[in-house]
Amino acid sequence: MSADAHDHPNFFQPLPGTKGGIASWIFSTDHKRIGMLYLYCIVAMFLVGLTLGFLIRLELIAPGRTIMGQQTYNALFTLHGVVMIFLVVIPSIPAAFGNIFLPIQIGAEDVSFPRLNIFSWWLYVTGAVLAVVSLVTGKGAPDTGWTFYVPFSAVTTTNVDVAVVAVFILGFSSILTGLNFITTLHRLRAPGMTWTRLPLFCWSLYATGWIQVLATPVLGITVLLIFVERVLGVGLFDPSRGGDPILYQHLFWIYSHPAVYIMILPAMGVISEILPVFARKPIFGYKMIAFSSLAIAFAGSLVWAHHMFVSGMSDTAVMVFSFLTFVVAIPSAIKVFNWVSTLYKGSIRVEPPLWYALAFIFLFSIGGLTGLVLGAAGTDVHVHDTYFVVAHFHYVIFGGLGFGLFGAMHYWFPKVYGRMYNKRIANWSCLIAFVGFNILYFPMFILGLQGMPRRYYDYLPKYAEGHFISTMGSWVLAAGLLLMFWNLWRGIRHGKPVGRNPWGGATLEWTVPSPPPHHNFEAEPVVTHGPYDYTGVKPDA
Amino acid sequence: MHEHRDYEGAKIGMWLFLFTEVLLFGGLFLLYAVYLHRYPAEFHAAGKDLSRIFGTANTIVLITSSLCMALAISALQRGKVVLSQRLVLLTVTMAGVFLVNKFFEWSAKIGHGIYPDSPALLKLPPGEMVFFNLYYLMTGLHGIHVIIGAAVLMYGWHLMRVGRVTPEHFVFLENGGLYWHLVDLVWIYLFPLFYLVV
Repeated sequence: MSADAHDHPNFFQPLPGTKGGIASWIFSTDHKRIGMLYLYCIVAMFLVGLTLGFLIRLELIAPGRTIMGQQTYNALFTLHGVVMIFLVVIPSIPAAFGNIFLPIQIGAEDVSFPRLNIFSWWLYVTGAVLAVVSLVTGKGAPDTGWTFYVPFSAVTTTNVDVAVVAVFILGFSSILTGLNFITTLHRLRAPGMTWTRLPLFCWSLYATGWIQVLATPVLGITVLLIFVERVLGVGLFDPSRGGDPILYQHLFWIYSHPAVYIMILPAMGVISEILPVFARKPIFGYKMIAFSSLAIAFAGSLVWAHHMFVSGMSDTAVMVFSFLTFVVAIPSAIKVFNWVSTLYKGSIRVEPPLWYALAFIFLFSIGGLTGLVLGAAGTDVHVHDTYFVVAHFHYVIFGGLGFGLFGAMHYWFPKVYGRMYNKRIANWSCLIAFVGFNILYFPMFILGLQGMPRRYYDYLPKYAEGHFISTMGSWVLAAGLLLMFWNLWRGIRHGKPVGRNPWGGATLEWTVPSPPPHHNFEAEPVVTHGPYDYTGVKPDA
Repeated sequence: MHEHRDYEGAKIGMWLFLFTEVLLFGGLFLLYAVYLHRYPAEFHAAGKDLSRIFGTANTIVLITSSLCMALAISALQRGKVVLSQRLVLLTVTMAGVFLVNKFFEWSAKIGHGIYPDSPALLKLPPGEMVFFNLYYLMTGLHGIHVIIGAAVLMYGWHLMRVGRVTPEHFVFLENGGLYWHLVDLVWIYLFPLFYLVV
C-alpha cells in the first residue's frame, strides 16, 4: 500500500504539483471528490431531518401541546419532508456513492461530463441553502407539507416561494446527475465490460438515471406553476379562475411517484452488491435483477394516480391505477426472491454490511406488502391519509433507502478511507437502529387502521398509547444512528488500515488501491469475467 | 493529461437534456389539452383576440433562423468558419426580431388590460382567463428559452472567434444548434394552438 501511495497519491491527497486546499475540493472535477462532497452534505442534511423528525415525535408523545405550537409543528413536518425527500433521499445513493463508484465499477477514469458534475453539486448546495433560508426569512417557514398541495400552497402567507424555487433547483441538479450517468454508462465502459457484465449497482443507477431525466422536468414545471400562481396570480389551479386543483395533484405525482423509485432503486443496487460478496456466491438471477430495475422504472411511471383514489376520479381510472400499482410489485418481488435465493446455500460471512442488507430486505418487504394494502382501492379508502400511510412510506423509504444507504456506507467505507471501522459497534448500532425503527413505525400501522389521520397536531386519547410507544422507538432509533455515525467517524480517524479488497469483492473497485488514486486505474482495465465471479478472489484483510 | 473528447457522448448528453426540455413544456401542453377539452368555446373566443399577423411573422422569423443555424453548422463542418460565424450572427439577430415582435404583441395585450391577475382579465369567463394565463405562461417560458438559446449561440460564436470551436471540434455549436431547433419546434406547436386551431 505504501508503494501505491507514493507513486499515485490517493484522491484525498493533493494532485502532484498542486497545493490542495478547499478550492481543490469545491471546484474539483474528480468524480470521487464530488461524491464525497455530496456524501458529507447529505449526512449533514440527514442529521437536520432526523432532528426535525425527532422533535415532531416528541410533540406527539402525549395529546395536546407538549413542546411546540401548531404553526411550528406544521412548519417542522413540512421541513422534515422537504429536507428528507429532496436533500437526502433523492440524491443520497446516486449522487454520493454513484458518483464515487460508478466510474470505477465500469473501469472509467471519470464520468462523461465532469464539469457538469461539479455544477450539479453547486446546484444542490444552492438548493439546500435556499431551503434553509426559506425557514428563517419571509413570514414564517412553509407549512404546506412537502407536497405543496394547492390551493393551500397558493394562498398561505408563509415562505413557500423560496421553498419551491429550492425544489426547482434541486430537481435540476438531479436531472444533470442522471443525464451524466446514462451517458457515462453508454460511452465509457472499459473493454470487455459488456452490459451483462455490468455490476447490478450500475444497472440500478442506469434505471434511476432514466427516471431522473424523464420525470423530474414535470416536477420542475409544477413547482414553477406554484411560483407564478403566488407571484403573478396565474391561477391555473384556482377554480375561481377556471383552473382545477386536481390537475396539480396529477402533475405533482407524475413526478413524485416515479421519484419513489429514484429513492429505492439505487438502494436495491447496493443490496445486490453486498449479498453475493458475503454469501460468496454469484447473485441468483443476474439478468432478472437487472431487468427488474428497468421494469420498476417503467411500471413505476404509470401508477401516480394511486395517490389520488379519494381525490375524485372515475371508477375506471381508479381500477386501472390500482391494477398498474399491483404490477410494480412483480419486479420488486423478483428482486427480493433473488436476494433470498442468493443467500440460500451460500457460505455466508456475517459482517456489518450484510446485517444492514438483511435489515433492508426485512423492512422493505413489510413496506412493500403494506403498499399493496394502499394500492388496492377498497382498502385504501379506509386507510387513506392515516398513519398507515406514514408507516408504509417510512418502511419503504427509511427502511429501504435508509438502511441501503447505511449498508453502502459500511460496505464501501474501507475502500473510500482505506481503514476499517469497529465491526462490533457497527453490528450493535445496526441492531439498535433496527429495533428502534420497528418500535417507532410499527405502531403507526395500528394507529392508522384505528383511524388516526396523518399530519395532525393533536389526537384523541384513544391513540395516546400508540403514539407513546412510537416516540419511545424514536429515541432508540436515534441512539442507534448516532452510535453508527460516531463509529464511522471514529473509523475514519483511528480505524485499522486495510488493503485493496477487505471483503473479497469481484467488482472493479476492489482492484484499485484503498483509497483510490486520482485517476482510478494505473492502466485501463480489461474485463474478462462477470462482477460476481469469485473464483480466485480472496479477501486480503 | 490528454483532453477527453467524446463526440458521441456529448451528443447523447444533449439529446437527453432536450428530452427534459420537451417534458418541461409537456406539463404545460398537458394543462392546455385538459383545459381546451373543458372550455372549447371560451378558448375559441379568446384565441380570436390574438394577432395572427404577429404570430405568423414570428413563425416565419423563427423557422428561417433555424435554417440559418443548420447552414451555419454545415458551413463550419466544411471549414468555412467566417461564413459560419456570419450565419450564427444572423440567427441571433432573428432571435432578437422575434423577441421585439413578441414585446409589441404582449404590450398591446397588456395595454388592453389583459395580463395575469389584472382586473380586466378577472372579469372574463373562467375559460378565457385560463386561455390567457396559459398564453402568457407558455409564450413567456418559450421567450426565456429564446433568450437562453441566443446567449448559447453567441457564446458559440465567441468560441469560434477564439478558435475553440473549429471545423474539427464543432460539437458545441452543433449542440447549440440542436437547442435552437428545439426552441423553434416548441414554437411550431404553440403557434397553431394559440393562434390558429382555437
